[in-house]
Amino acid sequence: MADTITVNGTAHPIPDDPRVSLLDFLRQHIGLTGTKKGCDHGQCGACTVIVNGIRINSCLTLAAMHDGDSVTTIEGLGTPDEPSALQRAFLEHDGFQCGYCTPGQICSATAMLEELGADWPSDASESLEGRIAISGEEIRERMSGNLCRCGAYANIVAAIEEVAAGGQS
Amino acid sequence: MTVHFKQDEPDNSNRLDRMKQGVLGKPLPRIEGLAKVTGTAPYAAEYPVENCAEGVLVTATITRGEVASIDRTSVLSMPGVIAVVDDEKMCTRAAQGTANEAPMQGPRQVCYWGQPIALVVAETFEQARDAAKHLKVEYREEQGAPLDPNAVEPEEQEDETVHQGDLAHAMAEAAHSVDVSYTTKGHASAAMEPHAAIAQWDGGKLTVHASLQMLNYNITELADALDMEEENIRLVSRFVGGGFGSKLGISEEVVAAALAAKQVGRPVRVVQSRQQVFQTVMRRSETTQRLRLAADANGKLTGFGHEALVSNLPGEDFAEPVLQSSHFMYGGENRELMLKVARIHRMTAGSVRAPGEAVGMPALEGAMDVLAEKVGIDPVELRLRNIPERDPEEGLPFSSHKLADCLKQGAEAFGWDNGPRQPRQRREGEWWIGTGMASAARVHNISETRARVTLKADGTALVETDMTDIGTGTYTILAQITGEMLGLGPKKVLVELGDTRHPRGPGSGGSWGAASIGSAVYIACKAIREELAAKVGTSEEKLDLREGKTAGGDALTDLLGGNDLAREGHYEPGDIEDDYTASGFGAFFAEVRVNHYTGETRVERMLGAFGFGRVLNAKTARSQCLGGITWSIGVALTEALEFDPRDGHLVNCDLAEYHVPVHRDVPDLDVVLVEERDGAASPIQAKGIGELGMCGGAAAIANAIYNACGARLYDYPMTPDRVLAAMPE
Amino acid sequence: MRPFQFSRAPSLSEASHQTAGDNTLAIAGGTNLLDLMKLQVETPSQLVDINRLGFADIEDTDDGGLRLGALATNTETAVHARVRADYPVLSRAILAGATQQLRNKATNGGNLCQRTRCFYFTNIDQPCNKRDPGSGCGAIDGIAKLHAILGTSDQCIATYPGDMAVALSALGATVQISGGKGERSVPVRDFHLLPGDTPWIENVLEPGEIITGIVLPAPVGGTQIYRKVRERSSYAFALVSVAAIIELTDGKFSRADLAFGGLAHKPWHDPRVGECLLGQPPSAELFEKAADILLKDAHGFGENDFKIPLTRRTLHAVLAQATEDAA
Repeated sequence: MADTITVNGTAHPIPDDPRVSLLDFLRQHIGLTGTKKGCDHGQCGACTVIVNGIRINSCLTLAAMHDGDSVTTIEGLGTPDEPSALQRAFLEHDGFQCGYCTPGQICSATAMLEELGADWPSDASESLEGRIAISGEEIRERMSGNLCRCGAYANIVAAIEEVAAGGQS
Repeated sequence: MTVHFKQDEPDNSNRLDRMKQGVLGKPLPRIEGLAKVTGTAPYAAEYPVENCAEGVLVTATITRGEVASIDRTSVLSMPGVIAVVDDEKMCTRAAQGTANEAPMQGPRQVCYWGQPIALVVAETFEQARDAAKHLKVEYREEQGAPLDPNAVEPEEQEDETVHQGDLAHAMAEAAHSVDVSYTTKGHASAAMEPHAAIAQWDGGKLTVHASLQMLNYNITELADALDMEEENIRLVSRFVGGGFGSKLGISEEVVAAALAAKQVGRPVRVVQSRQQVFQTVMRRSETTQRLRLAADANGKLTGFGHEALVSNLPGEDFAEPVLQSSHFMYGGENRELMLKVARIHRMTAGSVRAPGEAVGMPALEGAMDVLAEKVGIDPVELRLRNIPERDPEEGLPFSSHKLADCLKQGAEAFGWDNGPRQPRQRREGEWWIGTGMASAARVHNISETRARVTLKADGTALVETDMTDIGTGTYTILAQITGEMLGLGPKKVLVELGDTRHPRGPGSGGSWGAASIGSAVYIACKAIREELAAKVGTSEEKLDLREGKTAGGDALTDLLGGNDLAREGHYEPGDIEDDYTASGFGAFFAEVRVNHYTGETRVERMLGAFGFGRVLNAKTARSQCLGGITWSIGVALTEALEFDPRDGHLVNCDLAEYHVPVHRDVPDLDVVLVEERDGAASPIQAKGIGELGMCGGAAAIANAIYNACGARLYDYPMTPDRVLAAMPE
Repeated sequence: MRPFQFSRAPSLSEASHQTAGDNTLAIAGGTNLLDLMKLQVETPSQLVDINRLGFADIEDTDDGGLRLGALATNTETAVHARVRADYPVLSRAILAGATQQLRNKATNGGNLCQRTRCFYFTNIDQPCNKRDPGSGCGAIDGIAKLHAILGTSDQCIATYPGDMAVALSALGATVQISGGKGERSVPVRDFHLLPGDTPWIENVLEPGEIITGIVLPAPVGGTQIYRKVRERSSYAFALVSVAAIIELTDGKFSRADLAFGGLAHKPWHDPRVGECLLGQPPSAELFEKAADILLKDAHGFGENDFKIPLTRRTLHAVLAQATEDAA
């Protein structure tokens, strides 16, 4: 059994205390504070990271449950020198204000576009089968796990729509 | 060198419009934005501090009484536990905005369920969190604490009371009258970043990284709480993950972290849990409001009454200022306004985004819709007919007044149908569809403030102030003002905020941040321009600067001759505050659908048109408006604090059960910025925009619900149960 | 969160053995368990990670049905081609619950075991007979908007908060359980229990028993609807929800499998509600009659009284929609 977690390509040992959440592991143990703690109970989405390609709330899982897993955080998506397409689109569309929910929104949106591409249906989908057409309503439903109290939703959706349409690439 | 300017007269010189850089007002992306979108912007709890211990607050499980004893031994033997702190200097409430003194201290006295009473410090967060749950506390409980705001004799807020003419007579004589009562439930700020602090001592010097909105007041509050001199304290809040009023004053974790760090001799971090933030910081008071409107046959108001009951803990000065804009919003010579406060033992009531208007305007604008229906005129027209020439109580002129423009431009942009209105005219399947509108108003505030601008020898500029950017766009607009004044691209301007080492700003709150700090920066820049003008033998008024050069081609770097040029701007509002009634105005238009069977309401589209003086950055200003409209949706449909009737504790203290709007609740939104220059508002002719966008918007949704399905509701939020109860068969 | 021993189960039998022990819980997705452990509502001294035991597959059964591995995530289930095609009510129910992030982690087995959202249950400084037997029910005279109107007791008025199990109940699915005494199957409709005098016992699982799968019967077709009424348009628990599988033959109901969420301590399935529809042509009067049967013994606790008319109207809407779609 491997007892490391690979974060943005680098392996890190799993802490001894099994109570450490994946979120606190990222923030407190390996210094990746880009992933935010907003509620610690899976109710705000600020802690969203991508584990083995799938987005999850890092607050509601233990680091100890992720040995051998590969985690991508906001720091792994892009840097100030080389921001990702979504990071650039958020900047351009002002898809944030205070910035605290933003890494979670961007991680979530990154994985969400993959899910849309794979035609996973959502609560907003007219049909469960076939191609899912990208629409504002689809994006809003799929992003509803990421709260933004500043109320930047309209701009976040605009940023995502632009990237979904191939912009900022 | 400090340049002081006290504004006694309106400034209609439009100086900023005559600058040549052309950057002010432009929709620039935020200059700190790249740090935010890449996760590299550090928030309070994220500063790497060596050897930092972790503190977790312990909170009371009684409503009122005393902590009889705390059994430290119950946790001190647990792994990693370092200390239990219950210092008498610990705060039991958050400071109100601009309190400028310590909030309530003395954790042994319990005044509300959930009040902090101690802090457990341990090596790790996991250890501290567990130990905090294990701390054994004995109480001496005082039974019978009043909890129901309607069951106590309230105190009248006499400075809010207006008796003018004879409203009862006007109501009796009116061609049309409305006498309705509204209720609103409590709200939480629910900023995404929980309240957090890291305190570290260096001898007698204390540094605290905290999540705070108004460092200029917070440093005094903390110094008072700790009985220290301000010069021995440094507060740092470079990035603040939202505030919305909840971080105006210092909260319990700031003082607790400082005391704990002293006690254990090493840095201590305290981050409130989400549940604690809900239960220990601030609630917006619930309100009960009565609106009386008397009108003549044409809908012109002859009488205006607005009374409100709010609540707070004993010992708190703050009373949700529900009537704030009602004092001047509409005419009507016979007026009765009264605000009362019930003293009850729920958690502290304080500022939540747009205190007052956030709940007062939705009630007033709901009542106006009822009146429009009675008079039989279009609700936009009813507002237009009742815009007063001057402040109807004070008799003062308005500094500027864009309500009519907002109503007209908003109606136009929305495609408002001003034909006869009747509910239940449009149905698609299970859904009733309708439209509604409301006016917006939010009083203009401005505050004394200082900022230092340094034009560096290398031709860049540095702006320094302890002002914060809580998502409002302060970093960016200060770069734009400086760039405009000094002829620099915004990339040439470095803005440093959120550090009490810098000159005192106004703090972020009450929508006064941009106009206040922007004016101090403007004054400092103007002084620098005077120096530069002298160097090229012209006057400041005639100095044109662009891209680091004068119109004559002199480079700033040459003029500076290798020296920095620094000025501190000190802005002070003067007589203009007393000579004018100043407010932002606006109008909301909403289309909603209401499910006939389930009472669920969805906002289909919504538009706000706002006039708030000069637009400093069209992108961030629009974002502030979008945020306000989003909050309007929460006020109208989803947000409600629920308190247990037996012990007063906040029941739905998390983000699963306190329903902040989610992405799907918020449709495409439209914003119309109605440009104006308000020279009596501030030297930069700007007013605030952080709150206006939610001051009345909920009523546009409520009025649309009525228009859609015929359910006239008087209670916010309009959840499915309430809509169904009011739905005609 | 209290300290606990963490181990990864090497096998199902070992997991069974371990979780039969005192104060030992299995953890799969963990989205509900860790939430409650942080609040110290759940205080296991030992956690057994069963995530890598392998029963995560979704596979056809011999009789044309579908077996959902207990460790398959909610997302894997909702997006599975056969679930979408043959059991759309299940896809819809899952997609109506929680958020994509949570569904990506939450497992089918865990979802069946998720615990109530009652405010008094999740606050360890308030009375709750479910969490602390004998301490009283905080909700009965407290804030009870979300609470049950059917099958309550004077000990507990909490609701089961899930969506997936409501659809499973309408579909007549079966829960596969493995434990010390071997394997057994329990209909989903019998899996959850009413609170009675033992509100802390929420389902039929015995110590050491672990859900390994959920079996869906062969597809029945029909019009399948999951309607969830909630206070936000997404990411909120149901005020009331209805799972419906409806078929009309010659203009009359020939199938009416109905289950309800948000009303009780378990997904509510009352066979009489569907039966009263069978053989009848759809009409508003008939829908009212079905609601009368469903709500005959319903009673509220003040704040949640609205659930009675809301349930009636929602059922009406669902039946009207289903009849329209089926026609």
